[in-house]
Parts: sequence; structure tokens; C-alpha cells
Amino acid sequence: MRDLEHVALLQDPARRALYEYVVAQQRDVGRNEAAEAVGLQRTLTAFHLDRLAAAGLLEVSYRRLSGRSGPGAGRPAKLYRRATSEWSVSVPPRDYGGAAHVLADAIERSGTEAALFAAAHEAGVSAGRELEVGEARPKTQTPTAETDRPDPEPLAVAFERLIQHLDQRGYQPSRDGHSVRLLNCPFGTLAQRYPVVACGMNLAMLQGVLEGAGLEVGCEARMDARPGACCVTVISKTNKN
Amino acid sequence: MADVTPAYHLAVFNIGRPVAPLDSPQLRPFMDGLDAINALAEQSPGFVWRYTAEGTNNATAARPIDGEIIVNFGVWQSRQHLWDFVYRSQHLDFLRRRRDWFQHLDEPYLVLWWVPAGHIPSMDEALARLECLRQDGPTSEAFTFREPFDPPVAESVAPLVRAMNETA
Repeated sequence: MRDLEHVALLQDPARRALYEYVVAQQRDVGRNEAAEAVGLQRTLTAFHLDRLAAAGLLEVSYRRLSGRSGPGAGRPAKLYRRATSEWSVSVPPRDYGGAAHVLADAIERSGTEAALFAAAHEAGVSAGRELEVGEARPKTQTPTAETDRPDPEPLAVAFERLIQHLDQRGYQPSRDGHSVRLLNCPFGTLAQRYPVVACGMNLAMLQGVLEGAGLEVGCEARMDARPGACCVTVISKTNKN
Repeated sequence: MADVTPAYHLAVFNIGRPVAPLDSPQLRPFMDGLDAINALAEQSPGFVWRYTAEGTNNATAARPIDGEIIVNFGVWQSRQHLWDFVYRSQHLDFLRRRRDWFQHLDEPYLVLWWVPAGHIPSMDEALARLECLRQDGPTSEAFTFREPFDPPVAESVAPLVRAMNETA
């Protein structure tokens, strides 16, 4: 409950919109840009951004946006970006993260990653099935003569639902040409301390989601590790036409 | 920030016991991917050096422990540089599949330690550091990614650090 007052700041819709805008840019954002993007007055925007910074949800830096320096170069702009601190509220109190670290350690010590990846894949398939592909996807495993190519319309709908699902799970999906990059790692410190376990699990799970949703013909979840983002990218194979 | 040349670099040594001979079909994807991964290491920020067995482009011919265990051995500018290469590059996908190629080992199989910048450690030194980790657990002499230690304070800076600590 300790973190409640930090998280509760996001209840205000204007403040939440500003926070989400700053976070989505993945870089420093100035007050004026944020105000314009959200459609809010500048002084009110500054008030909200500073409240978020004071609460540790955003971090502040100062930089001259013009690139000039020295006397007469102008005042440095105040810039905001997502803070690295984590805040969470669970009612009643829960410590799934703490348990996850111990479980990951056990997987690593016992060398049982294969079992974990299999379980993660199945969990992903279940989640993917719930994305409601619709009638285009036959429930059988093997394609029949009448259903050898899924109808593109429901596929597009399923793809949108996939993006929504990824967003809800905290991956922060962002379209980039024929790919969907995942800008946030939802497993935070778990992926820092147990990267092979967490990232292998993540890939297996996302591959399962695509399969469960009937999207694995047109899309692929691939390991694409880079600093500061999720290790998986979803590649769209059919858009190459 | 001023460009500070680090006084110490980070050495890494890790071992693996293949599940089958290196020329077997099962190890093929690992062996085929080695050149690309080694090239990636060399291009990655912070790379300093990697061990290669004489006359070859990789370390797989070396057998410093027994007839089967192969090794990987290198030096990087910092823990963060090495970590980014190992876990936040194409190398991660290699690691993800390690169970296909290497047996699970119960004892520590990867050790990190600080070396003076410019010093290329010997294989004997690497083996000793791994043994140190296995005997004593993580210490400033031999540690892991999860239990890291800071580099020793450079001798030229030590008097300044002492003075700062005394006035604090």
C-alpha cells in the first residue's frame, strides 16, 4: 500500500494522458510538446508533469533543445521521461515478483528450461485462443480443402486484437514497417537477473499466443534482443505482398 | 561527462560440456553459428579481446580441463558492455538454445574478474578464478553477473578516495 499515493496520481485523466504520452515517446519530452499532444493548456501541463516528477513517476532533465551553449544561448528546456522506479499496488498484498525470482532460480539450478518453455508455450496458446479469431480459423489442426487459406479480413481483426493483448500485458507494442516492436519488458528485474529463463519463457509464450490466435501463418515472434526493450519482435510475413 | 579511461577491464571465462561430439549433427547449429557470434562480439561496444585456439578462429579446440569441456574466454571494458552483448543482442537467442547443445552443470560454470586494462589473462589464470568462485562463492576476486563486485580503486585515485572518506 506504500506505493498507493504514487500510483493514485494517475487517476486524474489529464495527468494519465500526459504520463502515457511521455512514456510512449521513449525519449525526453518538453512541456509544450506534451501539452499540444494531449490538448491541454501549458501551465496546467507543467503542473501535472511536475507532480508526476515529484512522485517519482517521471524523471526530469535539462537540455538546450537548440544545441547552442554559452551566454545568449537561451535557457535550457525542462524535459521529462519515464522514471526507472517501479510502483505497484496489490490488494490484498501479493508478491508474485518475489515468487517469480525464486522459481526462476530453481529452473536455472535444475536446468529445466525446456519444461518452462513448454509450459509458457501452452499458456500462450490458451491466451491466443481467447483473442476470438472468428469463423475463418478452423478448430482442427490440419487444413482442409475448403480452409487452406484463412480469410484476410478476420486475420486483420485478429492482428488488431493481438496488438491490444500485447498492450494490456504491458509490452507497449509499436508498429515499425512490417514488424511490431515491443518497447517495454514486462518482466523488469526478473529479466535482468534471469535473462535466459525470463526471455526464453517470453518468446515461447508469445509464439504460443500467435499460434492460439491462428496468426502463425502470417506472423512470427522472433528473438530480437536489444538494450532497453523487450527481447521479442513480432514480424508480419504476409505484408510483403 | 569526461572520458575516463578505465583502469580495469572485465575478464569472462565460461565452460560447457557438449551433449554430443562437436562434429555431430546435434551440435551443428552451434558450430555453424559460432563465426557470426564471434564477429558480433568483436563489433560490440566494449569488446577488448577473445581467446582463440592456435590456428583457428574460435576457442573450441582448447581442452584445458578434460577431453570434452570446451571454453569461452574474453575481456570487455565493463560489466555493462559484456552484459549487453551476452543478453541484449543476437547472442541471447544462442543462449536460449544452450540446452540443445550443452549439459546442465551443477557447479558454477561462468566466472568474471577484474584485470588491469591492457592485461590479457592466461588460461591458467582463468581456471584459477573459476576454482576460486567454486570454492569461496562470489568475491571481489571471482564473481558472477548476479553477484558483481566493483573494480579495485585505481592506485592513483586511492589517496583521494581515502581523504574523501575521512572528511565525510
